[in-house]
Amino acid sequence: MAAPGSVVPVIEVNRLTKRYGRVTAVNDLSFTVRSGHVTGFLGPNGAGKSTTLRMILGLHAPTSGSATVAGRDCRGLRRALRQVGALLDAGDVHGGRTARDQLRFLARSNAIPAGRVDEVLGEVGLLTAADRRIGGFSLGMRQRLGIAGALLGDPPVLIFDEPLNGLDPEGVLFVRNLFRRLAAEGRTVFVSSHLMTEMEHTADRLIVVGRGELLADETVAEFAARGSQQTVQVRTTDPTELVTALTAGGARVAQAPDGLLTVTGLDATAIARTALDHRLLIHELVPRTGSLEQAFMELTGSSVEYAAGARA
Amino acid sequence: MSTLHLTVEPATPPARFTDLLAAEWIKLRSLRSIRWFLLVATLTVVGLNANGARVSRAEFGSWTAQQQSYYAEFGALHDAFTRPCASLVLLMTAALGAIAILSEQTTGLLRTSFAAVPARRELLAAKLAVVTAVATGFGLLVASVSFWLDEAMLAGTYGGVSIADPGALRLLVASALLAPVGALVGLALGAVIRHSVTTMVALFALLFMVPMFVHDNTHFGAVVAHAQPFNAWARLGLVGEITGQPYPSSIGGAWAVYLVWAAVAALLVMIAVPSRDQ
Repeated sequence: MAAPGSVVPVIEVNRLTKRYGRVTAVNDLSFTVRSGHVTGFLGPNGAGKSTTLRMILGLHAPTSGSATVAGRDCRGLRRALRQVGALLDAGDVHGGRTARDQLRFLARSNAIPAGRVDEVLGEVGLLTAADRRIGGFSLGMRQRLGIAGALLGDPPVLIFDEPLNGLDPEGVLFVRNLFRRLAAEGRTVFVSSHLMTEMEHTADRLIVVGRGELLADETVAEFAARGSQQTVQVRTTDPTELVTALTAGGARVAQAPDGLLTVTGLDATAIARTALDHRLLIHELVPRTGSLEQAFMELTGSSVEYAAGARA
Repeated sequence: MSTLHLTVEPATPPARFTDLLAAEWIKLRSLRSIRWFLLVATLTVVGLNANGARVSRAEFGSWTAQQQSYYAEFGALHDAFTRPCASLVLLMTAALGAIAILSEQTTGLLRTSFAAVPARRELLAAKLAVVTAVATGFGLLVASVSFWLDEAMLAGTYGGVSIADPGALRLLVASALLAPVGALVGLALGAVIRHSVTTMVALFALLFMVPMFVHDNTHFGAVVAHAQPFNAWARLGLVGEITGQPYPSSIGGAWAVYLVWAAVAALLVMIAVPSRDQ
């Protein structure tokens, strides 16, 4: 065992590939998840996120490549909860047990003191429901229970697969704050989602995958800059003439049935000046900066197209 | 984010097998369905056996002297653990063993368990040990309560036997150990099949139907018949020598059947489950 502090708790995925028969779920994927950050793992449904997380946790055997947590293959650990805590699927429980029993046997299997069970139940706000059977829990309560299970061993690395699913707004806020706090404590927090909007206010860094391949590995700000192609929404009393004038000025214009024009290639000032030159009345002029959502859609959309094209 | 400031890693306690045993025990105990199952099973088996003794006792007076002496020599011991009860114990404990693994496999709980304990063989060994222990406890309870209750009812003029009588202790132990054999077979089939209904049908066919359809009049048939746990139990409950059978089974062979079924079942669990993606 290395001296305390000498091992930086990171997740390292190196040329990871997983094939199920002829289907390639994860293809030559490499990335690193750093400590002290909340890292979002983003991709559309079926992008291979869950498969990757399961390989990191040693639940699935990779076809080739490797995945390590703090330099070690999880499959080689005898007990894992103190090294890496995970919530993969809130449904991975038996509905006949109480929340407390579910955590009691997990704690015991990893030699975690029984008192820790009530601590984590309190932390996720389930203490009052501790002795109720999980079968009667809402999805949000199950998510909280799964998070409690991940926290049991107070691990330096935490992995969550779609943890915000089924949470009410209060729950989402709670989970976000929890993740930030865990990261601020120096832990590695790796959170998957298929919704960009969820990650926008949760993650500092993003790893984006599509069709099992890496699309982006950068900070949220860098990622947002990808979608920063600016558009301006314009309404005018004479759309036809303005479209002609703007197109002549080098802009690309899309016209919606209700007359709303979406202009790319000219900024709001240039558009207003063009309208003035042609003595056209503008009654709406809204500059729109690219959103993360847009960047995400553009990136993953092209990956889907590429894959579909490659297949044909 | 502030500077990385990981506090000193707490000393990780050694990975002990006893912790896994305790965890598996919590798992089994915390399922209400299993507690009810064991309670109902105990009452059913003890009740059925006691009823057999009660009927014999009521009819004893109407039998001929020859029937009465035959009953005293063989029948009274048999009433301590009847054939239907042996079948029932085998099937019920098989269902119990199957539930122990299926309740994890069909719900996804096994994924949670393996994520917490990546040492899969160790975890499965603990599960096998706990299920075997619980089933053995159940078997000992129903076999001894049945024996003493029934023989107390038959004591005196009805030919009741004592545990010191020939074959009595062997019948008790054979009946008790039928429970862990059944539980292990159930666990193995559940682990391999991974589907609740299919597992139950397979268990019923394997443990109940097969012994009904094999005949021991040919050598091959006899080998197959003797290799059935139920038939092994029946052999262990027989006192004295077997006559009039071309291929009789032996006491040692019957114990070996128990052992081989249990060992193969445990091996199947250890082979089938760890290599699977979860």
